Amino acid sequence: MTASAVDSAVGLYRTVRLVRRFEERAIELVRSGDIVGGIHPYVGQEAVAAGVCAALGAGDLVTGTHRGHGHVLAKGADPARMMAELTGRESGLNKGRGGSMHAADFGVGVLGANAIVGAAGAIATGAAWARRRLGTPVVAATFFGDGAVNEGMLLEAFNLAALWRVPVLFVCENNGYATTMRVDDAVAGSITGRAEAFGIPASTVDGQDPEAVLAAAREAVDRARAGAGPSFLECRTRRFDAHHTFEHVVRLRYRTDEELAGIRARDPVDIQGARLDAAVRAEVDEEVERVLANAVEFALASPLPDPLTALDHLYASGLRPRPGSGV
Amino acid sequence: MPWLSYQKALNRALADAMAADETVFVLGEDVRAAASTVTAGLVGRFGPERVLDTPLSEQGFTSFATGAALVGMRPVIEFQIPALLFLSFEQITNHAHKFSLMTGGQCRVPVTYVVPGSGSRTGWAGQHSDHPYSLFAHVGVKTVVPATPADAYGLLRSAVQDPDPVVVFAPSAALARREDTDLAALAPVPLGSGRVHRRGTDVTVVAVGHHVQDAVAVADDLAETVSVEVFDPRTLYPFDWDGLTESVGRTGRLVVIDDSNRTCGIAGEVIATMAERVRLAAPPARVTRPDGAVLPFSPELDRATQPSRAQLAAAVSLVVKERP
Repeated sequence: MTASAVDSAVGLYRTVRLVRRFEERAIELVRSGDIVGGIHPYVGQEAVAAGVCAALGAGDLVTGTHRGHGHVLAKGADPARMMAELTGRESGLNKGRGGSMHAADFGVGVLGANAIVGAAGAIATGAAWARRRLGTPVVAATFFGDGAVNEGMLLEAFNLAALWRVPVLFVCENNGYATTMRVDDAVAGSITGRAEAFGIPASTVDGQDPEAVLAAAREAVDRARAGAGPSFLECRTRRFDAHHTFEHVVRLRYRTDEELAGIRARDPVDIQGARLDAAVRAEVDEEVERVLANAVEFALASPLPDPLTALDHLYASGLRPRPGSGV
Repeated sequence: MPWLSYQKALNRALADAMAADETVFVLGEDVRAAASTVTAGLVGRFGPERVLDTPLSEQGFTSFATGAALVGMRPVIEFQIPALLFLSFEQITNHAHKFSLMTGGQCRVPVTYVVPGSGSRTGWAGQHSDHPYSLFAHVGVKTVVPATPADAYGLLRSAVQDPDPVVVFAPSAALARREDTDLAALAPVPLGSGRVHRRGTDVTVVAVGHHVQDAVAVADDLAETVSVEVFDPRTLYPFDWDGLTESVGRTGRLVVIDDSNRTCGIAGEVIATMAERVRLAAPPARVTRPDGAVLPFSPELDRATQPSRAQLAAAVSLVVKERP
């Protein structure tokens, strides 16, 4: 199964299924107390990460968001080490120092999930610009939500990327809500209009369909590799679950009952699954279950970090800061 | 030996760093035209790709530099005015500074932020006269405030070579300082090492940045009655606590002159740490900006809100008057 190309129909299905089930297993671990601090579930939005990352090469770069598990997994991070990160283990991607909102895997080009909305666009732009300067050009895809399009930082990144024709793909996951704020109540003008104002080609795509996202992302990636600079992709998607798992405990009323009832009508896992032979789909599902069973087992069996190492890695130079007590 | 100005020392340090390492590049506003003079000649020598004029997008280009650093470059950002550090504070402290720990050591962010013209420039008023080095020391970003041309050269070279983000404050009041310098002897000065500018036995004066000159002048003025040791930390974070402990351990008395606002300024940290480590012979004193200082425009008022030599002399006299 793992032999299927990530951009094949099977490959895309495997990714959306893996991310979906990863999130569901992670929610179970939030409920059991094994994941502390909760998560921002990516459930419903899987087609975006799967489609965009399938258009990228192994050496390309991505930055993610607070709702970032899908980006990290779709770019190729090991689900076991990802689950170990969420459970705060030394064997996690970030050695338990980052957690859900900061998971990073530089080995597969994930420069990190970034929990400050709109902040990563300029980082991705700088990274892609620098790789071109260093003579090893790559494309960087930077994910953000609809809430980020009102952040000045992101608009500054659009300007820099367009000005310097940086090979970056701005991916807006418009799930309709910035936490509880409806996009229509937050965005004056249009989302794609922001990119167009900087001369960045922008398109809107069905963010529930992995193949539609892949096709649009491919065009943008090709443009970037050809030296034509940045592109902007608005992926219209749905967040099936909570903004954050705290909503499983404290129910916030911001979506109508009708909206909630119909919210799973277009499920990316089913949309892509329907394109496969039932036997192939079942085979993928089984493989994903094995991978995740192993991931959970690995995470929970991994040692917790030693409190004496809490300040490790604070400085790349190895500087040891003064502790908080003692002289 | 030739006279080297502080400004020229910064310029020379940048040029030497760029010549030594292809991955070093400079970015900022008006850096090609060298509005601050610190980047003079660099674009001619190294080309526009390594001397990047940015739009007025401080937050954007600060994080752009973070991204470039993540993939192996060593960006040097020049901020023309210190208040731009308030604007980019989030990008430096919440991203660049945190990535090493948050990623479990997967990356490094070797960005240098240089502010040639920090503190009061006299007449530039409220929004161009801040000196926020204590803020960066507080959050744990490496912070240097060189006092002399040779240290400006050496500390900037070390900042650029360092694998972590470093903020280099070049006080306006020190920029014109010149000293007789053996250019061949210019070398990196390690971060975290203080320097005793003047030996003394009665009291240690810790002076930050341009106030080193003031402290030496006051020490000279008082030389007949008091033997003052002048300690220049050079780096505020990491601070050379062992070097200062040795000095204060000998003198037993401590005065700090620091161009920070009083509350949570580095002077408070210096005094607290010495109170923890050394049995002082007399209560220490500090000379700082007032609490919550906003520098008023009129030069009379501007000066009235900055630490002065007269205040320092009075503080030294008070501290040495106390007998054990």
